[in-house]
Amino acid sequence: MRLKTGGQIDRSTALRFQFDGRDYCGHPGDTLASALMANGVRLMGRSFKYHRPRGVLSAGSEEPNALVMLRSGGRCEPNSRATVAELFDGLQARSQNAWPGLKFDALAINDRLSNFLTAGFYYKTFMWPAAFWEKLYEPMIRRAAGLGAITTAPDPDAYDKGFLHCDLLVIGAGPAGLMAALTAARAGARVILADEDFRMGGRLNAESYGIDDIAGADWAAQAVAELASLPNIRLMSRTTVIGAFDHGIYGAVERVADHLPTPPEGKPRQILWRIYSKRAILCAGALERPIAFANNDRPGILSAGALRAYANRWAVSPAESVAVFTNNDDGHRTAADLVARGVKLAALIDTRADAPHCPGVELLAGAQVTDTSGRLGLRAITVRLANGQARKLKVGALGVSGGWNPNLALTCHQRARPLWDDAIAAFVPGPDLPSGMAVAGAATGAFSTHAALAGGAGMAMQALADLGMTGTAPDLPRAEDTPTRITPFWHVAGNKRAWLDLQNDVTVKDVKLAHQEGFRAVEHLKRYTTLGMATDQGKTSNMGGLAVMAELTGQSIAQTGTTIFRPPYTPVALGTLAGRFTGREFRPTRLTPSHHWAVEQGAEFVEVGQWLRAQYFPRAGETHWRESVDREVLATRGSVGVCDVTTLGKIDVQGRDGAAFLNRIYCNGFAKLAVGRVRYGVMLREDGIAFDDGTAARLAEDHFVVTTTTANAVPVYRHMEFARQCLWPDMDVQLISTTEAWAQYAIAGPNSRKLLQKIVDAEFDISNDAFPFMACAEITVCKGCPARLFRISFSGELAYELAVPARYGDALIRRIMAEGAEFDITPYGTEALGVMRIEKGHAAGSELNGQTTALNLGLGRMVSTRKDSIGAVLSRREGLNMPDAPHLVGLRPLNPQSRIPAGAHLLEIGAQMVAANDQGYLSSACYSPCLQSYIALGFVKDGQKRLGHKLRALSPLTGEDVEVEIVSPHFIDPQGERLRA
Amino acid sequence: MIIDHPLLGPCDAQEFTYKGDACLIDRPEGLGDGAEAAFHDYAYLRDNPAGLHRELWFHEQGDRSWLVVTRNTLTHEIVGVELARDVARSRGRGR
Amino acid sequence: MRYSGFRVLKEALSGHKGWRPLWRSPDPQPAYDIVIVGGGGHGLATAYYLAREFRQHRIAVIEKGWIGGGNVGRNTTIIRSNYLLDGNEPFYEYSLKLWEGLEQELNYNAMVSQRGIVNLFHSDAQRDAYIRRGNAMILHGADAELLDLAALRREYPFVDFDNARFPIKGGLAQRRGGTVRHDAVAWGYARAADALGVDIIQNCQVTGFRIENGRCLGVETARGHIGAGKVGVAVAGSSSRVMAQAGLRLPIESHVLQAFVSEGLKPVLPGVITFGAGHFYCSQSDKGGLVFGGDLDGYNSYAQRGNLPVIEDVAEGGMALFPGLGRVRLLRAWGGVMDMSMDGSPIIDRTPVEQLYFNGGWCYGGFKATPAAGMCFAHLLATDSPHPTATAYRLDRFARGFMIDEKGMGAQPNLH
Repeated sequence: MRLKTGGQIDRSTALRFQFDGRDYCGHPGDTLASALMANGVRLMGRSFKYHRPRGVLSAGSEEPNALVMLRSGGRCEPNSRATVAELFDGLQARSQNAWPGLKFDALAINDRLSNFLTAGFYYKTFMWPAAFWEKLYEPMIRRAAGLGAITTAPDPDAYDKGFLHCDLLVIGAGPAGLMAALTAARAGARVILADEDFRMGGRLNAESYGIDDIAGADWAAQAVAELASLPNIRLMSRTTVIGAFDHGIYGAVERVADHLPTPPEGKPRQILWRIYSKRAILCAGALERPIAFANNDRPGILSAGALRAYANRWAVSPAESVAVFTNNDDGHRTAADLVARGVKLAALIDTRADAPHCPGVELLAGAQVTDTSGRLGLRAITVRLANGQARKLKVGALGVSGGWNPNLALTCHQRARPLWDDAIAAFVPGPDLPSGMAVAGAATGAFSTHAALAGGAGMAMQALADLGMTGTAPDLPRAEDTPTRITPFWHVAGNKRAWLDLQNDVTVKDVKLAHQEGFRAVEHLKRYTTLGMATDQGKTSNMGGLAVMAELTGQSIAQTGTTIFRPPYTPVALGTLAGRFTGREFRPTRLTPSHHWAVEQGAEFVEVGQWLRAQYFPRAGETHWRESVDREVLATRGSVGVCDVTTLGKIDVQGRDGAAFLNRIYCNGFAKLAVGRVRYGVMLREDGIAFDDGTAARLAEDHFVVTTTTANAVPVYRHMEFARQCLWPDMDVQLISTTEAWAQYAIAGPNSRKLLQKIVDAEFDISNDAFPFMACAEITVCKGCPARLFRISFSGELAYELAVPARYGDALIRRIMAEGAEFDITPYGTEALGVMRIEKGHAAGSELNGQTTALNLGLGRMVSTRKDSIGAVLSRREGLNMPDAPHLVGLRPLNPQSRIPAGAHLLEIGAQMVAANDQGYLSSACYSPCLQSYIALGFVKDGQKRLGHKLRALSPLTGEDVEVEIVSPHFIDPQGERLRA
Repeated sequence: MIIDHPLLGPCDAQEFTYKGDACLIDRPEGLGDGAEAAFHDYAYLRDNPAGLHRELWFHEQGDRSWLVVTRNTLTHEIVGVELARDVARSRGRGR
Repeated sequence: MRYSGFRVLKEALSGHKGWRPLWRSPDPQPAYDIVIVGGGGHGLATAYYLAREFRQHRIAVIEKGWIGGGNVGRNTTIIRSNYLLDGNEPFYEYSLKLWEGLEQELNYNAMVSQRGIVNLFHSDAQRDAYIRRGNAMILHGADAELLDLAALRREYPFVDFDNARFPIKGGLAQRRGGTVRHDAVAWGYARAADALGVDIIQNCQVTGFRIENGRCLGVETARGHIGAGKVGVAVAGSSSRVMAQAGLRLPIESHVLQAFVSEGLKPVLPGVITFGAGHFYCSQSDKGGLVFGGDLDGYNSYAQRGNLPVIEDVAEGGMALFPGLGRVRLLRAWGGVMDMSMDGSPIIDRTPVEQLYFNGGWCYGGFKATPAAGMCFAHLLATDSPHPTATAYRLDRFARGFMIDEKGMGAQPNLH
């Protein structure tokens, strides 16, 4: 119900909203929880296991109970905490984990069966018959489990990510945080103040006491106003710091538009900020903990501080008549505030026999709440008085305070352990804080407002000093400085179920059972009972469970231990963590200089790493990709074809020691490569396995251009820089990656020279004599355009690769096509490239797969034994040189039209289909239009000695079984006459 | 993590690619006797300490320096950053 | 005490008074025939099989903290045997077969759930590699299935098939793969081993080995010397540190791997799915949380925690695969220490110190290996010869050139 006056809500504006299809009204400033409460709604959810009715417990993000599904369609957001969902006009929420409805939930039958469904019962049963687990038991459990549901429709909203830098990050804008921010910002430090609430002020907004002579909330508003006037501070409300990572880096989520029906045009819903801070002060306050007693989980039973916050900040009470149950003085504050706000307080029940008097309130000292009633919401509580008598109180709400826990989650993100403090009966931050982090205010266990203000100021002064800045200690405003008085009390003894983890339905009985069965370590307790594994990550439950276990083992809580908190502080949407890197923008797309031209030609494209390459160029009338590819191959081998090979890695190597350097990088010799010549080279990893292959062209005495495969462009460059800087730092050699700087085209086929002669400027003689196979030169084309020409061939044809600065790449492909028209030039894509390299027997990624040696690839003789090159030594190990080592061979089906899949394994004909008979496998396969046969490359044990031998290519996975013959991998032009033509 | 690059100042570790123990600088002589055993130890065996670890990072998205970073593997605290080239020279590597 | 549905009923009706601790908490004896260092999944399984299969007696498992507190309780719970290489596939297939009968054998429901695993592929080359792998699996007696797009759409309708940066072309499925309730594995083995007389000694850190004349005679611990006929070390995450106490350097680097769980959701994901174009894999637990992970952070670490870039990277992969997960929230992140070997495959072998045996270097494949690792390590300890499915996991394979490198990444542990 809404209280008549007060609250930080705008009563002049009505906001309409729906919960489970019913219409309600609230006001700006409300959360969904406060607005529902204002409308008399206490039942908001169902618990995880027993499907017990659940209402609001807290007034913050630690809420374990009031979880709802917000919005609908692709924006549906399950498990949303009603306590922090800001109300907006038109908000729609539905209850979850209840069928057919919230008031009558069929699975509430579990509650009746709770005696059978104790902690870990599932480990002891459901084992027979074995097959029933997947078929019956597990589907049953899975349907009952889970909380909210998702639609699988894509989320229509956008998310952003950004970086922020600051001298000081202040986490939390309560009294400590505001004072810290004021102190640091006044001194000129770059400050970020982040607070998860939509209204800064923290508990000041929820309390009735003042600061100086004004209300706490007003003081907070004044402080925020002053901060907002300073240029060197960034105020970030609706921003949750989710994690403390290494070296002062914090993750934070800003909810930009969650308080709006939809994000404004062009705005993201949320932003993930990475905040790089030199110092940070954690001012996250404290979280109240419950006391466990029989049936303490009914809607209407809240934490006392939340009950007070709802009355003070939102002017609501869950019921007309309430009671408070406490073991500490702060519970008295709740009682007093409720009375002051006009709520009828039935009694203040204090477990302490010596509880102080509370004016205007009936105090039941030394009393305990022993049970409650009310099926869908609290109706009455039973109190055992100090004299042992029972008294029943009819109340619709009960505020419970078991004391406050410093909210130290972020101090644990780097696995620091908190320390136990007897004075406040709670854990406080330990000494091993994340570097650069300090803690102030209630998060340290200093619970008074004065202590918060003083702590915030003091820690800010310390941070300024650390940063070498001078600050002025502020005059602290007057504020309450009440000492913390608490007598630890964790649970009311009894036989009925008393809840510790309200969401996961872990009760005191479950902890006792865990103890009985030997799960006494905190980690065992947690994992066995699921205590603390709920969406609040134990913020409201761990302490109680730990205390009960301590009691059972007869140890102190400190001896029993604690569980630490892990990131994120509150759950974070995956969309926020992914930002814009979704869908087609998941990774950057790299386009070659001929891309637009290829699009104009109607090319089909294929992803090659991040590159998009033309796969083939279909022509009108072609109905199958094979038609296009066969045509491209035949046209290239018949006349001339052109292919964009820009994606191959290019590394410029310069310096007097370039040749000596490459001689160590490649396993074969490079020391004596002549200027104007290109050599094929194989690089090994230091472990002797083939790393990459490519060419190195010597353009000048001190200038080489190395090419790599597309896939290895980056790793090879990194590797060469490692060798240059770390292994041979005094070699005179410089490296630079020029992959993107040059557009490069392969021009292949018997007419390639004739075509090039039309493009290459006349002063450069590229006749076969002047520019033979494996020649290279820096030339000009198209009347003065700088270019590099390499006479190298991947296709096995007379072929060249022509490179021009990338900005001329588009012009060049168009010129090549125009000049090639008279030869019927054909552009070809990666498919035809692949077919031609298989026909020629060149290894590619499928063969250079990081598991093969030069020996396996048929290149064993290239590994020089006369020099020390990377990988040479370890390539000589026994295991890499076994007599039956696999060799790269060609394979042809006995029936040329029998398709053989790459990935098939090779077995002797007639051999049993078991791994022991495995002779090798096919690494690459294609249809060769030249041979009019399917062909393949593959690795066969001792294959080079077995040419002519017949095997079975067997692929049970795809249902194929073809007899093949081992042949030379060089299907086409084995003598290399074409490429020298 | 933030790596304080000796030439460029603090840089985000995301700009770097990690390789491993800085002992990879001490590549054995490839032509001598016992090279195979020496290379086995070099390529495969690691101290793998829980504590300070000297390790190689490559500033791939930056100036392409290889750095030797001394970092605590228990806390991730970085206590020193050097150019790998300087370290290599100090360990007797040259041409 | 035998567990059964009947027993659960009986206890429920009699106040649950009959349940007993799953394992004793004995004081250590002065000496044992066999001491296993490490009370994780592998150590406990080893002890169980030593007692059960190899009829060994006087066995102790010594754990520095609480049993099951290491990687057996910090993983993404996947089991599978979809390996390529001869050195690996028989072992993992053996492990999968042991999983299939484990719960009945241990009389403990570890929720072995063979819901299937599928690895997506996005290019022809990836497809070819998966065909090779699937065929290898079948040749080794495992199950494998190539799924085309239509089949994938049926089983995983909300995967992004239509707007993906890297279009999905198909998947390699193993129907017998799935997930297991990880903690229950440690507890189940502990209970069964304890019942066979194995002493499980918790909170007892091993501080050194007693080695005389090249023979290991026992361990020094926080609770004094414990003599042993043989010592087996199975301490994932601490392998280098522990073995350094015996003077050994290992082909291992320790790295942090983060894993994640979302808030609970009603069932959306039937099996385990692995994205082939980014670092992301995911399953849904019986509690409803999506359990997912990605790549190593990439640097040596014993910190059991990672950093934000990998969390973002994993979320990007998740969103690329399932665009409908945008509003699902990541609940918890945790980090485990992975002992990454130099070829990505494990070691189960004797060491240069006699009577000292080592099991480690599991990279992030240790959980699924638990039953077979236990059985094979027990075989080695009991018979001094490797189990037939684990003959390749030798410590000297790097010196001799017999690496088992599934990914082809070489001696670069953070890439395996």
